[in-house]
Order: sequence, then structure tokens, then C-alpha cells
Amino acid sequence: MVLNNIEKLIEKYHNAETSLQEEAQLKAYFLSGNVAPHLEHYRPMFQYFSQSKTEQYTKDVPLKSNKAKLYQWISVAAVAVLMLGLVVPNFMGPTEEEKQEALMAYNQTVEAFSLISIGMNEGKQQLSSLVLVSDNLNEGIEEAGRLSEFTETTNKIFKNK
Amino acid sequence: MSIVVILKASTIQIHQPTKEIMKQTDFVDIVMPFKDKVFRLAKRLLVSREEAEDATQEILLKLWKNRKKISDYKNVEAFSMTMTKNFCLDRLKSKQAQNLKIVHSNYTDNNSSLQTQVEAKDSVNWISLIMEDLPEQQKIIVQLRDIEEYDYAEIAKMLDMNETAIRVNLSRARKTIREKLTNTHQHGIK
Repeated sequence: MVLNNIEKLIEKYHNAETSLQEEAQLKAYFLSGNVAPHLEHYRPMFQYFSQSKTEQYTKDVPLKSNKAKLYQWISVAAVAVLMLGLVVPNFMGPTEEEKQEALMAYNQTVEAFSLISIGMNEGKQQLSSLVLVSDNLNEGIEEAGRLSEFTETTNKIFKNK
Repeated sequence: MSIVVILKASTIQIHQPTKEIMKQTDFVDIVMPFKDKVFRLAKRLLVSREEAEDATQEILLKLWKNRKKISDYKNVEAFSMTMTKNFCLDRLKSKQAQNLKIVHSNYTDNNSSLQTQVEAKDSVNWISLIMEDLPEQQKIIVQLRDIEEYDYAEIAKMLDMNETAIRVNLSRARKTIREKLTNTHQHGIK
């Protein structure tokens, strides 16, 4: 009998001894709607199994992973560029223009200093002429001393008279 | 002689297209037949639909990234199911690690029994709750055998187990389900 067969299959089923065909047979029986009352409690199980099999994955999968990768790296690239912008000028040193400016500034200061030194030298020359004047003055004073001695002796002569 | 030459020519013709980088349409053709199976296995393990969708997406993207290697695999489907199983189990592990401090075992027990009472309105739904309580290994095996209807050799390959071990686990799982089903049948659904 069919029912007897089904009962045997169920027993085999629970011992995991049924083949796929036999399991399909069981499923077909329990989904037929014509199930013996004492086997009724197995029905939801087979219903659930066949229902579960119809569930589908409906979401789309973005397969252009290469592009996605690219987008991921864009932020990294941006940061790298920013860092370069900050770091490289320090490494590279001054540009050509800056070098020229610095040279000009240097030249100008050198010029200014040399002007000052010329002025200083002139002042020094004037000072040396002053020293000459003071020497002459000292000589003059000595001469004047001699003169005063001369006048003293002449005064003595006049007294003796 | 002539037969050998023809055979060689034909093998060359067959092999050359697979050596090229796989196009998106080829990939979709390979993946389409089993993407739902991946999703259902993920959902069996992760329970939540959203998490299962995320997992499936991740699996498919991994396959896409490795599409050059895919042509070398003999059985992409079995390989993908293995990947799904490992991926979901890893997910569960890390989730458990995260929730360990928050979730108290008493609390979850109460919660699940309450949930059971509320959700087991129809007996079909009740089965999914019974299956949630099965150990992970048994869940996977029931999923692969009773829902996806793979033969034992394929399941053995996917799970890297021998067929006897799979039969033992499957039998245990089916008997657990039967026990819970007959209990509710006798006492009626509360």
C-alpha cells in the first residue's frame, strides 16, 4: 500500500537513509493535500522545505569592482597630493626667483656697507689731519714756551740796566 | 592519426575562451544558477534577511574579484557554498564575541521562548524556529539536503566531511525536528 510505503520512507528519512528520489516522493506526498491524519504533523515540515526553496536573492550586486576600487583610492591620492604640496617645497629649497631676490638683497646690503665704510675711512682721514693740527699746536706751544723764556731774560736785562 | 589531430584542434578551441578574462555576462551566467542557494544558506545561518543579503553580496563580489581563478575550479557552485558557510560562521563568531557582554544567557532564553510563542502562529513558521535551535553544522546539512536537495557526495565536498558523518548529523537533526513537531502536535500549539 502507498501509506505503508510512506511510513517506511519516513522511518528511512529520519535515519538519513533515503535517496533524493525517495525524499522527492515524500515531499510530493505531503504537498498533495491528501495526507493521512496520523502523519499530518509532518506536513508543515515538508511545506516549509519547499517554501524555503523559493526564496530568492533580489538585490543587485555592483560588479564593477575595478571602478569601485579606483574610487576608494581617490581619497588616498588626494591626501598624498596634499602632503606633497606641504612637504616638497621644503625639500626643493628656494626657487630661481627667490635666489635672485636673495642675491639682490645681499648685493644691496654689501653696497650699503661699503658706502658706510667709505664714509668711515673719510672720517678717519679727517681725524688724522686733526692729529696733525694738534701736533702743530703742541709745537707752537713749545715755541711759545721758548718765547716766554726769551722774554724773561730780556726782562732781567732790562732790570739790570 | 587524423582523429588525434581533430581532437587536439577541438580541445584548443574549447580551452582558449576560458583563458581570456571573464566578461561580466559570462560571470553572471555562472553565478546566476546558485546565487539564491548562497543567499538561503546565509539566511539559514545569519537569520536576518538583511545580513544574509549583505553576506551574499560579499560572496558574489569575492567571486567576481577571483573570476580569473574561477575557470580553474571544477565546481564553482560547491566552492561558493563552502565560502558562504565559512563566511557566515566567521560572521557569527565575531558577532558572538561582540555581544558577549550585553546578552545574558537567561535573558535570551526567555526572549526566544516568548518569540516562539508569538511567531509560531502557523505551523510552517514553527519549523523555521525549530531549525534555528539546531547546532550550526546540522542547520547547514539540513539546509543543503532537505531544502537545496544536494546529494551526499556534493555536501561532503562542500563541508569537507565524509558522507557517514553527514548522514549521522542529518539523522540527528531530522529526529530533533520530529521530536519537537510531535510534541507540539500532541499538546497543540500554545
